[in-house]
Amino acid sequence: MLLEPGEALGVMGDNGAGKSTLVKIIAGNFPPTGGEIRIEGQSVHFSKPVEAREKGIEIVYQDLALCDNLSAADNVFLGREIKSGIGPIRWLNHAAMVKRAGELFSELKSETRPRHLVRQMSGGQRQAVAIARTRLSNPKIVLMDEPTAAISVRQVAEVLDLIRRLRDHGIGVVLISHRMPDVFAVCDRVMVMRRGRKVADKMIKDSSPEEVTGLITGAIHVA
Amino acid sequence: MSLETQASIGQEIASLRDPGLDAREKTFIERVFANQAFWVTIALVVMCGVMSYWQPVFATEDNFFNITRNFAFIGVMALGMTPVIITGGIDLSVGSTMGLVAIVCGLVLLKQPIHYMPGWWNAAAWTHSWWMALMLGLTAGAIVGWVNGVLIAYVGLPPFVVTLGMLSAVRSLAVVLSENRMLYDFNPNQAATFKQIGGGENFGFALPGGLRLSNPFLILVILTLALGLVLKMSSWGRHVFAIGGNEQAANLTGVPVRRVKVQAYVLCSLSAALAAILSVGWSGSANNSLGQSYELLAIASAVIGGANLMGGEGTAYGAFIGSALIFVIRNSLLMAGVDSNWQGLFVGAFIVLAVVLEKVRGRRRE
Repeated sequence: MLLEPGEALGVMGDNGAGKSTLVKIIAGNFPPTGGEIRIEGQSVHFSKPVEAREKGIEIVYQDLALCDNLSAADNVFLGREIKSGIGPIRWLNHAAMVKRAGELFSELKSETRPRHLVRQMSGGQRQAVAIARTRLSNPKIVLMDEPTAAISVRQVAEVLDLIRRLRDHGIGVVLISHRMPDVFAVCDRVMVMRRGRKVADKMIKDSSPEEVTGLITGAIHVA
Repeated sequence: MSLETQASIGQEIASLRDPGLDAREKTFIERVFANQAFWVTIALVVMCGVMSYWQPVFATEDNFFNITRNFAFIGVMALGMTPVIITGGIDLSVGSTMGLVAIVCGLVLLKQPIHYMPGWWNAAAWTHSWWMALMLGLTAGAIVGWVNGVLIAYVGLPPFVVTLGMLSAVRSLAVVLSENRMLYDFNPNQAATFKQIGGGENFGFALPGGLRLSNPFLILVILTLALGLVLKMSSWGRHVFAIGGNEQAANLTGVPVRRVKVQAYVLCSLSAALAAILSVGWSGSANNSLGQSYELLAIASAVIGGANLMGGEGTAYGAFIGSALIFVIRNSLLMAGVDSNWQGLFVGAFIVLAVVLEKVRGRRRE
């Protein structure tokens, strides 16, 4: 599996094909049983998600990993708060975090407000919060696990726009999805998995939804 | 309809919405009205107003001094309980911890030698000093909290069960260590200083206008401000809230969940230890039954003040005002001549009422 900067790769496959497991291995949640991960030619090993993050890999989890009781800005900066202070006494710089979160949301052209509680947000806005979080560290790769699975049609359009914007910033995006239209709308390349193996890896323009469906179900063996 | 058109329609709808009319951006007044502690404060003021009018004794300086001192012990414990409740946990062992810490302090201050301690301990002077009592008391509290925290955060046992076990174990330890005696025959010099901590007033200073405030109350006020600042302004406070909101998410975003939880339980037990130290100093004796059922009052105070037992919500001021309300209710009932056995019923009714209020506000918020 290969990902270029600024490229969006769609990963498709039936339930249990190993899509989520694959991204969780890349993000450092699970150790791989074999194989090698290279970033810009350098071999890397992760035992914790934090280590993957340090190497420029960010992940948007399927359930988004947001705290409902905190504001959008709090969630964006969770675990890497901006602090100011004198000497060893450090306190949270709320104003700076709200400002930066606001900038990230407007970069993503999302109408999310930094001070709003996540509890009161729509699915699309929640996605924006989870995606804005990945933009904090200027990542090289963003992994997205089923970002459009549980949201309304209008919100899907918002999320797809967010993905395009990440790609336009030169970030490699891996999009795991069940939804054929999503993958064909934003991805440059599609990879199909079946029973834990890669069975196809093609440019979107050289493929078709029919072919991919065939590959997912096993009607077409290998492409 | 293609996805591209869907997307553009989506954007049009979004741009049609006037962001200025967004109902979720609350004004300051709206935020205050949505705050449970605000309503508890109103209830408290009304209650005090009615009592002052009806029973002039209520509004006297002496009664104010007594009430503020009496609720300070529970208030300090409720403050410690608050971060634990915010993480979605609970600590039922704080009452027993008070008993243990009281006995530890009492044994240090005791005039007679303790037969199960080594000879050098009984012979030395520094092992019977007031600061030794203070330090060992706080250490005993910290150990209880640390064991709670490790069993909950690292072993993964439910907080209710762990602290319920600790409630029983620690109380039994207090009885064993004290050999089921009440300790009051203290080394006079050292005990005088120790008693001054919990029994004194104004930290030994004279306040303008002859105002008298007990040391426990002043400590409670200082700790309330400190905890309020920590919860609002420190990343530790932010992490406590994140754990209560979504522990899994906090973990994935790099919050040191287990460490923060252990710290919350240690802090909670330390607050119980402090309450015990103040209480022993005030009463001048150490009893192994100190703090029995206080865990319920501490939890009730935090909950009345707006802490959510499901986690993710709670404030330092809420714990303060919640404990104040409980003790004003008790004091008012006593003054009104109601048999003291009825107090529990009223306090219980207020706890349930507070949760009902929370529920109603929660529904409006959705």
